[in-house]
Amino acid sequence: MSLLDVRDLAVEFRTRDGVAQAVNGVSYSVEAGETLAVLGESGSGKSVTAQAVMGILDMPPGRITGGEIVFQGRDLLTLPEEERRKIRGSKMAMIFQDALSSLNPVLTVGYQLAEMFRVHQGLRRKEARARAVELMERVRIPAARQRVGDFPHQFSGGMRQRIMIAMALALEPDLIIADEPTTALDVTVQAQVMELLADLQREYNMGLILITHDLGVVADVADKIAVMYAGRIVETAPVGNLYRTPAHPYTKGLLDSIPRLDQKGQQLSVIRGMPPSLLQIPPGCAYNPRCPMARTVCRTDEPPLYEVVDERRSACHFWKEMFDAS
Amino acid sequence: MTERREQGGRGEPILEVRDLVKHFPLTQGVFFKRQIGAVKAVDGISFDLYPGETLGIVGESGCGKSTVAKLLMNLEQPTSGTIRYKGEDITRLSGRALKAVRRNIQMVFQDPYTSLNPRMTVGDIVGEPFDIHPEAAPKGDRRRRVQELLDVVGLNPEYINRYPHQFSGGQRQRIGIARGLALRPEVIVADEPVSALDVSVQAQVVNLMERLQDEFGLSYMFIAHDLSIVRHISDRVGVMYLGKMAEIGTDEQIYEHPTHPYTQALLSAVPVPDPESEGKRERIVLEGDVPSPANPPSGCRFRTRCWKAQQRCADEVPLLAVPTLFEGSGSGAAHPSACHFAEERAAVVAA
Repeated sequence: MSLLDVRDLAVEFRTRDGVAQAVNGVSYSVEAGETLAVLGESGSGKSVTAQAVMGILDMPPGRITGGEIVFQGRDLLTLPEEERRKIRGSKMAMIFQDALSSLNPVLTVGYQLAEMFRVHQGLRRKEARARAVELMERVRIPAARQRVGDFPHQFSGGMRQRIMIAMALALEPDLIIADEPTTALDVTVQAQVMELLADLQREYNMGLILITHDLGVVADVADKIAVMYAGRIVETAPVGNLYRTPAHPYTKGLLDSIPRLDQKGQQLSVIRGMPPSLLQIPPGCAYNPRCPMARTVCRTDEPPLYEVVDERRSACHFWKEMFDAS
Repeated sequence: MTERREQGGRGEPILEVRDLVKHFPLTQGVFFKRQIGAVKAVDGISFDLYPGETLGIVGESGCGKSTVAKLLMNLEQPTSGTIRYKGEDITRLSGRALKAVRRNIQMVFQDPYTSLNPRMTVGDIVGEPFDIHPEAAPKGDRRRRVQELLDVVGLNPEYINRYPHQFSGGQRQRIGIARGLALRPEVIVADEPVSALDVSVQAQVVNLMERLQDEFGLSYMFIAHDLSIVRHISDRVGVMYLGKMAEIGTDEQIYEHPTHPYTQALLSAVPVPDPESEGKRERIVLEGDVPSPANPPSGCRFRTRCWKAQQRCADEVPLLAVPTLFEGSGSGAAHPSACHFAEERAAVVAA
């Protein structure tokens, strides 16, 4: 049994302009100690899926219209809110992109960390504070004892993100969802934070879902990747294989369109057009208007997730052509 | 190719920046403001920009790269130093002379969502430069010129009456570029022009900028924190750290033969989307954060995070010069680097 099993999840948002189909039948699973990277551009539904798993989706306007989220054998969507709240924080935790706006600016970081222990474990103030210092040390914040009384704005971006990580780790959850954890950080700090996250994951044998738009960040930390487009998973694969032999034209387009540090290209190859509006997802394969390989069938039939080889799936009618060509 | 650029593209620099300094005062007190210090955002930077070339400036947040952009645009007054445009110091200009220079140096901003006025139509936004510089286009001709510009940046000219919110991020950035091009400038200062865009759209905008450069013979100053994109678009690259230029050279010199430890660390920290070469690369993970520009370390600014730092680095500010070790060697390492112990490090970017 997997730690987390998302099956056929569908989420929509009711907006003034119509119903936005944000997630359309997404399935993925994460084992203990495994890192799943969910890759996609803005509007691909990667964050919405994660929010549904965490149970922090804004409802309304959001609505889960189908599927199940099985976590440690229980379908979270059927649990009462009371039960879910117990799971949130203690069994699964989330790290957000923007640490500054996710931390309370008028409370010290020590207070915010200690709160986790006081609320979930009923610890006394003093004990909780000692645990907070311990946590700050564990995420390698220098002079933790002196800084426990500081406010979020007194920390740098990288340090704030460490505090977010500490908060997520506080109750030693089994699953961590990190939504673009390093996007707001500078390159050198990004490397520090990713390394820390990977170390801690190994230490605690947690499952990790890493949501990102950056193909580079996931290359060396993820075990497997799910690529999302217009609310669907278009390709899943173990990390190495995906980069070597992409089996979906969108993945290939993405890989080709990023400039490489070690290569000076002439012209970047481009995915033409732009991602579709979620109010009006094209019929058939959602990628067909931008796809260089699109044929008639792509405009009419939505491709299922074909099994390519072991552990690899691609939602392209012509995955075989893609696969053989690469 | 680099050589062709170096010889053919050179000649007289179009912009010469010398010892540029910008300190923002820190004050205390409400009625009697006392200066208690200064944020040394830019602290003595020199470089040249040649016609038709792209100079990339990379650095982390707080290194002063955006302040340099504002100084070049004359949006901020430098504390000291000169910026010469075709030999004329533009920091001392005002009135009509300044306006004339500004026409030739235009800017493209980072955030296409906040840099376009939501209450103006695309036609008004792109045509606004003509209001300020009426001599650039006769009044009756403007609409046609705006449509031409939209066409040039790959937007449908019929969109002229639409509002910014009706466009996607990539399209908005095209509008920003069209506005920058309106006055036919010679220099475009682009401050993180693609950072806010999705990966698949980034490539479109980068390609567009390259095409426009060829078409109009523009010089770009391309400021970004993304080293891969900077390498892709730039002929020469300058690396900034805490208000100083750490290293400057051609793209090949910087990316293949970096000699400054900061550049080496920066390059090694960039994630490469290829797990195989990723495994072979040696990562330098720097300790700590960038120090505050209000209170920078003595001597070399990078020494607090540098693994090579010695007493000399605290005492002596390293000058930006070709390291004596490599002087005249003809190797890629022979380019200006502000480090006392500049040396090459094998395979920082293993291909």
